[in-house]
Amino acid sequence: MTAAAEGSPPLRMAGSRRSPLLQSEAVQGFALISPTFVYALILLVLPILVVIAHSFWTQNYLTIDHTFTLENYRIALTEPIYRDLLWRSLYISLTVSLLTVALAYPIAYFISFHGGRHKSLWLFLITIPFWTSYLLRVMSWKVILGYNGVLNSGLMGLGIIQEPSDALLYNSTAVIITLTHAWATFAILPIFVSLEKVDRTLVEAATDLGDGPLRSFLRVTLPLSAPGVISAALIVMIPTVGDYVTPKLVGGKDGVMIANAIQAQFGKASNWPLGAALSVTTMIIVSLMAGATVLVFRALQRLAR
Amino acid sequence: MLERVQSERTQSDRTMIEIRDVTRSYGAFKALDNASLTIREGEFFSLLGPSGCGKTTLLRMIAGFDTPTSGSIAVDGQPMDGIPANRRPTNMVFQSYAIFPHLNVEQNVAYGLRRLRLDAGEEKRRVEEALAQVSLTGLGKRRATELSGGQRQRVALARALVMRPKVLLLDEPLSALDKKLREQMQVELRRLQQAVGITFVLVTHDQYEALAMSDRIAVMFGGKIAQVASPKEIYQRPVNRQVADFLGGMNFVKAEIVEENGTSMVLDTLGFGRVKTDKPRAFVRNGGAATLGIRPERLRVLWDTATAKFEVAGKVVERHYFGEITHLIVEIPGLEKPLSVTETNDFGADDIPVGAPIRLAYDPEALVAMAD
Repeated sequence: MTAAAEGSPPLRMAGSRRSPLLQSEAVQGFALISPTFVYALILLVLPILVVIAHSFWTQNYLTIDHTFTLENYRIALTEPIYRDLLWRSLYISLTVSLLTVALAYPIAYFISFHGGRHKSLWLFLITIPFWTSYLLRVMSWKVILGYNGVLNSGLMGLGIIQEPSDALLYNSTAVIITLTHAWATFAILPIFVSLEKVDRTLVEAATDLGDGPLRSFLRVTLPLSAPGVISAALIVMIPTVGDYVTPKLVGGKDGVMIANAIQAQFGKASNWPLGAALSVTTMIIVSLMAGATVLVFRALQRLAR
Repeated sequence: MLERVQSERTQSDRTMIEIRDVTRSYGAFKALDNASLTIREGEFFSLLGPSGCGKTTLLRMIAGFDTPTSGSIAVDGQPMDGIPANRRPTNMVFQSYAIFPHLNVEQNVAYGLRRLRLDAGEEKRRVEEALAQVSLTGLGKRRATELSGGQRQRVALARALVMRPKVLLLDEPLSALDKKLREQMQVELRRLQQAVGITFVLVTHDQYEALAMSDRIAVMFGGKIAQVASPKEIYQRPVNRQVADFLGGMNFVKAEIVEENGTSMVLDTLGFGRVKTDKPRAFVRNGGAATLGIRPERLRVLWDTATAKFEVAGKVVERHYFGEITHLIVEIPGLEKPLSVTETNDFGADDIPVGAPIRLAYDPEALVAMAD
């Protein structure tokens, strides 16, 4: 190759050998994501389509009747048991996500604004609970909240209560406490990232224009970190609605959530169409709730002027 | 005939900012070393120096974002010790402008007013007035992200001016703008300062910016204030080589002190012979040696048979063309370093051949004695 040829645009040289289709950036991009895309298609989209299809069919003892029906949705939406379970699941996930965000924000703020040189050490420490299995972490909450647990004996030792309380474990409060702890990291990280992106001179500018620390936080730092708060809330809210391990282990009969009912329909009750209808209903309601949460946060952000 | 004016404008003699013996140390490093300075009311004052000279540290201490390790700062007669930035009568234009990205132009400008709880009409009127001052009328609803660099700078100015501060602090406000816009903004800033009459303190590393806008300049090096004077005095009578070198070009000639009294001194030089000059105010004798300086534009080419009372002769060794001017490097017998000469091109200085003999005229008034 001559020196002059080296200076010519590489695209033209490639064009002589390859078809123009392969040169398009969009095609190259699709090629790059295709392994993941195919994987997601097979393991995510197809199962969801199967579930949606099942929700319109009927279980007929061991076989499935493939005639189209909305009966499953009628049961899912009107049977008191499913309605109650769905409401409770939504209540629990909403409470958990709000609590988690409220508790995670100060931690993320501290690391971002006062972490100094040790920011990565702090983040590392926060991920330490993830070194153990989720089941073990739930079990340890059982140890803390149980009848003879750490909390009860501690309170008795201090003389605050006379006999162990059974109000701590096997109810929805126990589920909320456990989930809030379990999801804390997932809330801290996105909030931390959005706080890191807040230009510190903006806080200085707010101070310069007369704002004290609280005012400049409410008018500048908080609104500018809203994207992190929103994603943290969604990251916690969406999966917790469908959690069934935690309620099964610490929820007792008062802490049962919709996912436990869905699991039962696919398992012991062996009514896949009803389970599918419950799943689809939950999915739609969670999506609506997530959308509503985003709108509420956006409105709050607009208030901070 | 034109009358020469000493100062374009007379400011009040009231002190606005009093900086006394201020030191700021970071461990063993002194960002600011025992600096004292008085800034007068209504003055356009510049802190000029290379990066790391402590000028920004000093500005941030006036604003309240940094605290002196020792010494005191007073604004309008009030000591500022322990007073947080949000309760000082100063406002700042940040280098990055720090425009709030989640607010529009109007909301940015009204940011500081909100806390004052003015009635809606008064707030709107003040915002409009501030936007008019910086020629942004009609852009109030623009989003902060839709502004150009120059517009962002104007918003930052309006946002600070609307607070009617006693002192406006400007941290390298023009450094992010391109050359044309920067020169235009220099003129506008100066005009604005004279219109509002607020004391401006500008931090800059650009000597032309400081010379063009300021009433007085403090030149700083390594945490110390080297000289405080009017632009003209700083340029024409720099106290030492460092100051002279930082503000434009200067030819330095080795000199020996022959005679020295309270106001004047006599120096012996190789190229310029025996010279009598004013003694600079801050001159501190360091042995028998001194330096004589002359600006390149104060040396003029003598054509053909023209003569001058004071002249030096030499040979052109280099010629550089700059459009309206030509830069000549002239070797003078006896001088260890050749002289730089700047000559306008109206008489054909751009055609002087390299190697040609040349004679240069100078005015002894233009010679500056500096401590070594």
